[in-house]
Amino acid sequence: MKVNVYVTLKPGVLDPQGKAIHHALEGLGFAGVDDVRAGRFIEMEVADDVSDADLDAMCGKLLANTVIENYRIERA
Amino acid sequence: MKTAVIVFPGSNCDRDMAVALETVSGRAPAMVWHRESALPEGTDFIALPGGFSYGDYLRSGAMAARSPILRAVIDAAGRGVPVLGVCNGFQVLAEAQLLPGALMRNAGLNFVCRTVPLTVENSQSLFTAAYGAGETIHIPVAHHDGNYFADRATLDRIEGEGRVAFRYADPVNGSARGIAGVLNDAGNVLGMMPHPERAIDPAHGGTDGLRLFEAALGVLA
Repeated sequence: MKVNVYVTLKPGVLDPQGKAIHHALEGLGFAGVDDVRAGRFIEMEVADDVSDADLDAMCGKLLANTVIENYRIERA
Repeated sequence: MKTAVIVFPGSNCDRDMAVALETVSGRAPAMVWHRESALPEGTDFIALPGGFSYGDYLRSGAMAARSPILRAVIDAAGRGVPVLGVCNGFQVLAEAQLLPGALMRNAGLNFVCRTVPLTVENSQSLFTAAYGAGETIHIPVAHHDGNYFADRATLDRIEGEGRVAFRYADPVNGSARGIAGVLNDAGNVLGMMPHPERAIDPAHGGTDGLRLFEAALGVLA
């Protein structure tokens, strides 16, 4: 089955890349963008019997750095 | 002194580190490949060099921190063996949770490559004992992801415990509280973004990095 993992910066962690993207959008003339934060999207193909606990451990041990990032797991 | 330099695919300061260790200790370090599961018997100083281990895939230092040799490094650190991580080595130590915090993209988004002034904040550690407290030294930096981040409680704790070894004297990369180098709680692991191994010979333009190796390798006069 397909599993999607969304890794995002924790609230309060400064995101210079998001800021640069925001400025670039403004430079292209798009108005009304209040804030941009950039994250990472990871798609995995896993066996159906991989447990939620294992998926959680994969995120906590490698896919996200929980000092600065949150993650969300979605079985697609 | 038996020293070792850990070499990852993508390390590029491993030779510079080896030159520094050999110059100061008089003995060439063992160059230990990331796939090894053990350090040479009797290793009593470990250096993690700068570079772009594993192409900075996922996050800088993330893959190296999970490589086989790191388990041996973590064990050795736990036994009190001194471990120095420079630049990418610092990122690896943070990813391996041997040091608190994380190194994020520089606040200005630019790769910063120049010699910067550092303030020695802790002159009591085994790495910094040859510097004076509050002394300003000049060491080159060369990094894209050197913006040190930790939550406020962690920053307060490491500052309170004297674990900030070096601070940037001027803003460089957006690091929280200007932190350039951090010690672990036992004081035997140091991670720093600036490259002391690039400041050990007058031909480098400065020799302020030399005293770090002299102190850490126990060869002070």
